[in-house]
Amino acid sequence: MTHAETSPTLHGLMAEFETPTALVAATERARLEGYRNMDAYSPIPIEELSEALGLPRTRLPRLVLGGGILGGLAGYGLQYWSQVIAYPMNVGGRPFHAWPYFIPVTFETTILGAALGAFIGMWALNKLPMPYHPVFNVPAFARASTDRFFLCIETSDPRFDLQATSKFLESLHPLGVSEVAA
Amino acid sequence: MAAAPGHSHDGVADGGNMRPIPPVIAPGHTFESVTEKIGGIVLTKRTQIGWLVGFAIGFALLMLMNMTIGQLLFVGIGVFGNNNPVGWAFPIINFVWWIGIGHAGTLISAILLLFRQQWRTSINRFAEAMTLFAVACAAMFPLLHTGRPWLAAYWLFPYPNSMGLWPQFRSPLIWDVFAVSTYFTVSLLFWYTGLVPDMATLRDRAKSKAGKVIYGMLSLGWRGSARHWHRYEMAYLLLAGISTPLVLSVHTVVSFDFAVSVVPGWHATIFPPYFVAGAVYSGFAMVMTLAIPLRKFYGLEDFITMRHIHNMTKIMLVTGMIVAYGYANEVFFSWYSANMYEGYMMHNRMTGPYAVFYWSLIAINACMIQLFWFRSVRDNVGLLFVLSLLVNVGMWLERFIIIVTSLHRDFLPSSWDMYQPTRWDFAMFAGTIGLFLSLFFLFIRFLPALAIFEMRTIVPEAKLQPEQHG
Repeated sequence: MTHAETSPTLHGLMAEFETPTALVAATERARLEGYRNMDAYSPIPIEELSEALGLPRTRLPRLVLGGGILGGLAGYGLQYWSQVIAYPMNVGGRPFHAWPYFIPVTFETTILGAALGAFIGMWALNKLPMPYHPVFNVPAFARASTDRFFLCIETSDPRFDLQATSKFLESLHPLGVSEVAA
Repeated sequence: MAAAPGHSHDGVADGGNMRPIPPVIAPGHTFESVTEKIGGIVLTKRTQIGWLVGFAIGFALLMLMNMTIGQLLFVGIGVFGNNNPVGWAFPIINFVWWIGIGHAGTLISAILLLFRQQWRTSINRFAEAMTLFAVACAAMFPLLHTGRPWLAAYWLFPYPNSMGLWPQFRSPLIWDVFAVSTYFTVSLLFWYTGLVPDMATLRDRAKSKAGKVIYGMLSLGWRGSARHWHRYEMAYLLLAGISTPLVLSVHTVVSFDFAVSVVPGWHATIFPPYFVAGAVYSGFAMVMTLAIPLRKFYGLEDFITMRHIHNMTKIMLVTGMIVAYGYANEVFFSWYSANMYEGYMMHNRMTGPYAVFYWSLIAINACMIQLFWFRSVRDNVGLLFVLSLLVNVGMWLERFIIIVTSLHRDFLPSSWDMYQPTRWDFAMFAGTIGLFLSLFFLFIRFLPALAIFEMRTIVPEAKLQPEQHG
């Protein structure tokens, strides 16, 4: 944090690679070098990248579980409340609290809650939608969604130093290194 | 998904005399070529004549649907052929038919993902779109067969209304509302989640201002960050895991609409699995009906290869045989139950006024599908297109027989009657086909019909090369 005075108008330095293999190797090297505030960008999901970046396990499964439980409780609660308390109706003498009949709807609302948990949770944790991000300032980055692979070491990293980091990235044999305007 | 096995060597057949299994993607493709081919269909300025003709046909039928709805609302529910013993006929037949078709999309996108079936990758996107559009078509019928759909809100959805009424949760019909609306919502979330990285690709490749802006908004600012992919892959897998029991539940609940009643021919425990198998069977037939022209007209044979066609045919064969087993079981039930109403129901199905439809569905769903055993049939794409259309006809007839023959002569002969659909029944059915076609044509023109980023994961370049580090 003390080192972060580099340049307020710079988001970081970005190296461009041609293959997923090169990106994973470069990310591993950067991590060994001690860089932590960095991100890799790729047009395809690469499992090995998560390991190379040392990403922690995501909280998403717990959100999905929570969403499912909430959905189930809400579904059952809605049926109990509407059939037993708000609008009890005698149909052929069957019990108001006919729990086996409440299972299908409870099942569906559980699924709905879990799915909403997965969907909303994933986008929220990813902080998307985010229309603007500094990486889009790099012209070459337009190919990050087709066939190019990028590693960006951010200025917020304590070890970031414009010259040294630039030299380090060059040593990884990238297609190019560019400064990312903030 | 990223560490996908090589595509070209997994097709080696074990027996020396067997022909090799075709690959899931033709050799020689790269990240760029895959992106260009699929993205190009959407980003090109030129709209093909074939597309215009197809869309025009669909749109004309859609207008027919609007006219039918106008007629229905203006004159009343009597424009349909539903009568007293057959209180719901075409509307529920078409509802079940459309919902069933949707099931293949979820099976491909979710269940085959969990089973790591790599071939699903090229067909999941448009199959999921098919699911959404089919469910939208299905939903028209329960709403409109009430005759006054603006009143349907409080019958169907639990919301605090000024009359203090609540829906009856001890009825399978309300379960259906929850099953179908959940199914639609979850399918939409799953589909959109899959689309986001592709929207980013189109945003970056679009030439026109409108394209950049619209795809840009739909892409949510996706930038392919490894942190995002990490959670994205987890969310995708979880959604697949959630959708799997969901899709099985939907047609189970649809079958409860019948099985929970005491009508002869409906009150059977075989219904849930038999309906789910029938749904997957008809759904794959529809995927085939869409995939064969799609790959031909857009030159997608490299991506939707013979491997896909073969596998879909085999799934149709398996699920079709389960359906045929269901038919056999129904016959057995009606005899073994020793119940005269059940017995008469089957006798009436086989020899009564609708017998020709019963035997047609047996001819298609039990006999004709045996053709799929033959490799020469599985290789003949033109023939498969015709057979897949016939399967859809067969499955429509199955629902017709289940619904109409059970209702029109149930218990008291004094209340028996015949059912005849009116031209408005047919117009409504044709109209939903128009709705489906219109949506599908718009989809292939404006959204990538194949999942571009998933296709990229199966090209050879995506495989990490073993390399000495440092």
